[in-house]
Amino acid sequence: MPAYSAAHPMTDAATLQLPTDWRDFLSLTKPRVMSLVVFTGLCGLLAAPAPIHPVLGFTAILCIAMGAGGAAALNQWWEADLDAGMKRTAQRPIPAGRMERTDARDFGIALSVASVGIMGLAIGWLAAALLALSIVYYAVVYTIWLKPRTPQNIVIGGGAGAFPPLIGWVAATGDITAMPLLLFAIIFMWTPPHFWALALFVQTDYARVGIPMMPVVAGEASTRRQIFGYAVLLAPVALAPWWIGGTGAVYGIAAAVLSLAFIALALPVGLRRAIGGDAMRPEKRLFGFSILYLFALFAALVADRLAFAQGWQG
Amino acid sequence: MIGPTPPDVDLIRARQRSRNRMMALLLGFFVILFFAITIVRVGGAH
Repeated sequence: MPAYSAAHPMTDAATLQLPTDWRDFLSLTKPRVMSLVVFTGLCGLLAAPAPIHPVLGFTAILCIAMGAGGAAALNQWWEADLDAGMKRTAQRPIPAGRMERTDARDFGIALSVASVGIMGLAIGWLAAALLALSIVYYAVVYTIWLKPRTPQNIVIGGGAGAFPPLIGWVAATGDITAMPLLLFAIIFMWTPPHFWALALFVQTDYARVGIPMMPVVAGEASTRRQIFGYAVLLAPVALAPWWIGGTGAVYGIAAAVLSLAFIALALPVGLRRAIGGDAMRPEKRLFGFSILYLFALFAALVADRLAFAQGWQG
Repeated sequence: MIGPTPPDVDLIRARQRSRNRMMALLLGFFVILFFAITIVRVGGAH
């Protein structure tokens, strides 16, 4: 039976709901977050010491993007009530009433299953298994289990965002070595200072919905100390690919300069105390730079590989 | 309960058309992608 009849437009239309716009399904995948996921995944794939056919490389990155989108949709399905209580997220499709909650769940499951299936069939089942693990890690371990329970949610949950370069590398080479594990470790160590810098200037939102973010539970002073601590720890991890001989000087110099800048920007955040009506400029500057840091570091990784391939460095 | 007014029906139709177009584009894209993957895999490339 047709859902809409031209003979009785009013009667049948009255039983219809306004279908969700496809753009709302797209926004469910968190495209801005996905851009970082795609970029780091692509860099992992391009930096790997094994060539991959462009069609298969494109497919691998598409699968990583679809998997990230599926996990993001499942995250918004589960957190719809929390999102409604936060100014930053209240206009997302589910809390704003533009989408049924179950539609988001089904869309997330479909994207996730399709991404893993295509990755397995087209690229390989090791990359597919890592992709499946990353989706479960984000949607279940982080979203459902850790986030509402512990202020360490970001530290452990950061592993979910660290998977893309590992998956990209494994898609190209077919095996796991020290280098892709170091790329995983870099994003793992980068996530706490990146996210806590954000949490410092949106902490009232998290406090309102009862999410135990570090600034809410451990206090601002402790969070600031930890941001600086992680920034310092990130530097040797970022330099490790060069130390073990996995990259050349192009990456090594870029990692050293970027990591020093990261520490320099984290230092005032670690030392200062916010006062009433504070514009939180150092925190916002650190948050902005942290995104640039990751883009630049992974771009340097690819540039280093290209320089090696061209014979510009040994 | 007040049902959708005629402009709402137009909006519903427009939404459906928009979604159908996007679905057709996605299906076409995946048909081409799977064809390309098959050609590459049959050719033995990695």
